[in-house]
Amino acid sequence: MGARLEPTDPAEVFVVELGDFSGPLDLLLSLIRDEQIDIYDIPIARVAEQFLARISTLKLDEAADYLEMAARLLRIKAQMLLPRREGEDAWEDPRAELVRRLLEYQQVREVVDLLEKLSEERRSRFARAYLPNPVLPPPTGALSFSLAELLGAVDRVIRIARKPNVHEVIPRALDVDGAIGVVRAILAMRAQAQWTDVVPKKAEPWQVLSVLLALLELAKLGELRLDQPRAFAPVAISRDTTSEAA
Amino acid sequence: MASNLDEPGESVDSALAELRDHYEQDGHGVELLEVAGGWQILTRPEYTEAIERAQLAARPQRLSAAALETLAIIAYRQPIGRAEIEEIRGVNAGAILKSLHERGLIDVTGRGEGMGRPLMYGTTPTFLEQLALRHLEELPRADELAIALRAPRPALQNGSDEQQEETRQRAG
Repeated sequence: MGARLEPTDPAEVFVVELGDFSGPLDLLLSLIRDEQIDIYDIPIARVAEQFLARISTLKLDEAADYLEMAARLLRIKAQMLLPRREGEDAWEDPRAELVRRLLEYQQVREVVDLLEKLSEERRSRFARAYLPNPVLPPPTGALSFSLAELLGAVDRVIRIARKPNVHEVIPRALDVDGAIGVVRAILAMRAQAQWTDVVPKKAEPWQVLSVLLALLELAKLGELRLDQPRAFAPVAISRDTTSEAA
Repeated sequence: MASNLDEPGESVDSALAELRDHYEQDGHGVELLEVAGGWQILTRPEYTEAIERAQLAARPQRLSAAALETLAIIAYRQPIGRAEIEEIRGVNAGAILKSLHERGLIDVTGRGEGMGRPLMYGTTPTFLEQLALRHLEELPRADELAIALRAPRPALQNGSDEQQEETRQRAG
């Protein structure tokens, strides 16, 4: 094994094998047999006509191999119609090539019958799975190397080995207390505020997070209420008057 | 092991013959057959059904008619290229060659002459094993087949000449 097959076109993988026919020659042979035609003197017009009829009833007419044979038959038919001079030596029967192919194919079918019989007999016998000759590894002597060589190899491996990818996590201080102060200051001035009022413009992620945590913390403490009337709507911050009153 | 292998071929052969007779005479379920240049112990056909019923083993899938045709052509014409197989069968052979190759029945044996140096295919020992053949020569020679072709190209011309004679006589 090992050697690769010629690449197969995905379109070629489609195998037409309808009914008993394994190809156009098979179909042609069965026609010839059915009609009891002399293979050496094929009435090409009749055969071509029947071939076309068969492939249309077999719904094989989309299969290129069958169409190619149909075209070949029609070509031979046309060639047979050409007038030829009497006594011309060089005349070659346009059917000769077809006859040769049919005979050759018939021989293949005969071998197929034989192979089928043999494989059918063999199929009814079981063996242990067939083991092809094992591929023996080439004989190797004991390895010989010095300690220095071994250490050198280790050294090379270590140098080649990639440095581990270490992430350094830099702690980024959140200023939750500062944000709490800002929010408290804003709410001291006005009862209502928007998210955008408490977050500085062009805020860094850490600032946004600080404000968010501050709001949640203050809401937990009961100093304010957070409302979002619908999804993605701006968050409304309001001084919690109820708890103030309490 | 080593001492067994060192024994001359003759005694290996006689040991094999002894084993074969032993299987034969003592009514064993298996027999010893010479296959693909080696020996193989196979169950006897009369036990096929029992073995299958006991689900100890399943028969391999049958080859399709198209696959058998391709295999037949390769067996008799090897080494042979894909184009020649397609020419004989009148059908595209790509998919079938692939599946025969996957089943280990054929292998690429080299590259042919000519345009594109096509891959040439041949049958494998597995092919012989699957048909319980000792070697390829066990298949009938091409000229022993009922429908013997009058050899390849040159003789063929004569063949078609004769046939033209016939046709002309008939026409005349």
